[in-house]
Amino acid sequence: MRIGIVCPYSWDVPGGVQFHVRDLAEYLIGLGHEVSVLTPADDETVLPSHVQSAGRAVAVPYNGSVARLSFGFLSAARVRRWVHDGNFEVLHVHEPGTPSLSLLACWACSGPIVATFHTANPRSRAMLAGAPIVASAMEKINARIAVSEYARRTLVEHLGGDAVVIPNGVDVGYFSALRPRPEWQTPRDRVDDGGTIGFVGRFGESRKGLSVLLDALPEIVAVRPRTRLLVAGKGDADEVLKSVPERVRGNIEFLGMVSDEDKGRLFHSVDVYCAPNTGGESFGIILVEAMSGGAPVLASDLDAFSLVLEGGTAGAMFPNGNAAALAREAITLLGDPARRAALRAAESRAVQKYDWSVVAGDILSVYEMVTESTARVTAESGGDSR
Amino acid sequence: MRLVLTQYSGTVVLIAVLVILFGLYLSWTATRLDRLHVRLDAARVALDAQLLRRSTAVLELARSGLLDPATALILASGAREAEIATPDEREAAESALTRDVRAAFEDPAQAEHVRAHPDGPDLLDELGKAMRRVQLARRFHNESVRAVRQLRSHRIVRAFRLAGRAPDKSNFEIDDELPAALAR
Repeated sequence: MRIGIVCPYSWDVPGGVQFHVRDLAEYLIGLGHEVSVLTPADDETVLPSHVQSAGRAVAVPYNGSVARLSFGFLSAARVRRWVHDGNFEVLHVHEPGTPSLSLLACWACSGPIVATFHTANPRSRAMLAGAPIVASAMEKINARIAVSEYARRTLVEHLGGDAVVIPNGVDVGYFSALRPRPEWQTPRDRVDDGGTIGFVGRFGESRKGLSVLLDALPEIVAVRPRTRLLVAGKGDADEVLKSVPERVRGNIEFLGMVSDEDKGRLFHSVDVYCAPNTGGESFGIILVEAMSGGAPVLASDLDAFSLVLEGGTAGAMFPNGNAAALAREAITLLGDPARRAALRAAESRAVQKYDWSVVAGDILSVYEMVTESTARVTAESGGDSR
Repeated sequence: MRLVLTQYSGTVVLIAVLVILFGLYLSWTATRLDRLHVRLDAARVALDAQLLRRSTAVLELARSGLLDPATALILASGAREAEIATPDEREAAESALTRDVRAAFEDPAQAEHVRAHPDGPDLLDELGKAMRRVQLARRFHNESVRAVRQLRSHRIVRAFRLAGRAPDKSNFEIDDELPAALAR
C-alpha cells in the first residue's frame, strides 16, 4: 500500500507524536508498504530517505503557550506537491486539530484520509473560536483514531462524532530483550536494607512529579537506608539536590540523558520504576516501555496510567500527589520480591496489546477499510479558487 | 502699643493672604490632577476600544476563508484569548495576538495571496489600520499615565492626599509592532 503520513510537529524536537510517526512508518516499511512522511524540520536536520521536510516550523503563541507549527500558503503548497508526487492510496494525518501541517493536509487534499488524535484535554476556548474554521477540513476525514480513551473523550466533547481507540505502539520485543546493567542493579548485600528506584523524564517539569517522589524519599530511606534513586533525563540536578534534605542527597544518582538502549537496560536493572506524574498524560507510553523492560511499576493513579496498569493488577498505584502513600507502597514493594515477580508476570501479559505487531495491524485494517470504496488521495486547489 | 498692634495685624493679614493663596494653589492642583485622571480614563477607554477593534479585525480575517485553516485557527484563537483575558493576563494575551499576526504575515507572499481576492484588501487594510490605532492609543494612554504619576508624586499632592483613594495607574505594556506586510 502507498501510505502518506503527516506529522504536525518538528522532526528535530523529541515528542510523543513524532516518535509514534517515526516508529509507525518504520514498522509499515518493514512490512513492505511504501511510506512517505511529511513533517516540519529544520534545514540542517538529516532526515531518513522516506521522510520529507515541509520547511521549518515557526514559533507562535497558540492556546496559551508558544508552539512550533507549520502554517501559511507556502506550507499548504508543499503539502499539495507532496501529495501530488506521492500518489498515495491513503493519507494518515496526526493531530489535525492543531494548526499545522496535518490540518493543511486535510484542507488541501481529498480521498481516503485517516486521522489520529493524541491529545487529552486541550484548553477548549481556542477550539471554540476555531471550530467553524476547522470544521470543513475535519469533515474530509474518513476514519478517526484516538490513542486512548481520554483522547477519544476530548475529541467527542470538542468536535463531536466518535473515534476508534488504537493505543500508541511500543516495540515490546526490543525492550524485553535487553540486559540489565550491573552498576544499576541492587548489590546482593543491599537487598535487605536497600533497593533501587528508577525515574525517567524531563524532571524539571513539575507535571513529571519528581518532587512527589523526592518528598517520599526520606521516609523510604528511614526504613531502607541504602535505597538508591536513579534519575534519568534532562534537567538541573543541582536544583533538585537543593530541594531535598541533606541526609538523603547521597541516595540520589543522576544519569543525565540516556539512550533508548540504556533506558531499557535501566528498566531491567531497577527494583521499582516510579512514575509520579501529576497530570497532562493522555497515554503513558513510558509505563508501557517500563513494563516491557520488566520493571515493577509504581505510578500515580492518573486515569491514563490506571488504564495501562489495568486498574492496579499490572502495577502498583498511589493517590496522585500523595508522597506518604508513595513511600508506603515503595517500601512494601522493595521488601517483597514475590510481589515484584508477580507484577512482572502480569506486566508482560498486559503489554502485548501495545506491541507494534498488534497496533500496526489495527491501523492497517483501518487503512483497508477506508480505501475499499474510495479513490486515490489527490491534491485540491483548496482555497485558491475561493 | 498702636505701632505694635499695626505690626501685629499686618502679620495677620500677611499670613491670611498666604493661607488663602496656598489654598488656591492646592485647589488648582487638585483640579489639575482631576483633569489628568479624567484624561487618563478617556485614554484607557479609547485603548480598550482599539484593542477590541483589532481583535475583531483579526477574527474577521480568520473567518473569511481567505487564509489557510492553520493560520486562521492560530489567529482566531489568539483573538479570542485576547478578548476574554482577565485584566492580569491582558497584556500577555494582546502581545501574543500581535505575535500571531506577525507570524501569519512573516512571509510577504501570504499577504499578497489574501490581497489577490476581491475581499482581501479591505480585510487587510482594516487590520493594518486597527493595529496602527492600537499603537497610537497605547502611546497616548501611557503618556497620560506618566503625567498622572508625575503630579501624584509631587510632595504637596502626597502630603495633602489630593489624589484621594484613586488607585495607582500603570502603563499598558505590549508588543504592538506591525508585520512588514501590513505596515505602510
